Amino acid sequence: MNSYVFIESRDPFESRDTEFIVETATTLKKSDNEVIIYLVQNGVLAVRQKAVGSHLARLAKEGITLMADDFSLRERGIVATEMISGVQESNVAELIEVLVRNNTKAIWH
Amino acid sequence: MSAKTLTLALMDPPYESANSTTALRIVAAALKKGINVNVFAYEGAVNLPFKDQAPHANPVKGTTVEEEEHPTTRSFVASLLEIGNGDPLLTWVNCGLCVDERGAGNSIEGVKRGGPGDFLKMAQESTNNLVIPTR
Repeated sequence: MNSYVFIESRDPFESRDTEFIVETATTLKKSDNEVIIYLVQNGVLAVRQKAVGSHLARLAKEGITLMADDFSLRERGIVATEMISGVQESNVAELIEVLVRNNTKAIWH
Repeated sequence: MSAKTLTLALMDPPYESANSTTALRIVAAALKKGINVNVFAYEGAVNLPFKDQAPHANPVKGTTVEEEEHPTTRSFVASLLEIGNGDPLLTWVNCGLCVDERGAGNSIEGVKRGGPGDFLKMAQESTNNLVIPTR
């Protein structure tokens, strides 16, 4: 099994481009790959419960692992209790652990 | 020497995008874990370690250079090169043509000059690669 790590830096409410992540990640997951999305920078804005229309709930439902960068969360004043279920607070050190695993492809978006 | 190596390609110039901050955080975290890191700086990213960068005062707030403690990317890169000066090893390669176009040849100590061929070689020899493009 291959692993794919998407590092999503874009705000879904600013760029429709984030739909690329939804389609690609979902397709890869359905093809029996491990898929992780690491949200960073404005990408974390989608984790808020009040972010109506966020694409993350769909991704979590598909079994995709969702990690949110702690530094980016703090910069934007987002605390863990505001986050939707299915998203785990994470950090760059954990991202590195994933990146150096075998058969892992990293895609920045 | 660590067995694992991560190669990053950076393209954003300093002070323009949060991508630069995240990239430098990734480099720092990897080095702290004992992982070797290669950076290939392309296009505007060759200015990240530009030696002539100077911190400035903040006339809006009325603070001096010392009070402001304005961080420069060249000081961040210098710190990373200091951490990665052996095992783990940080190799920073600036694209030579990009440097010449921008007159950015005066880099801090430890920065190498190279080309896309170096990036290919580093990528082929790495555990994983991450390209951080401009939008």
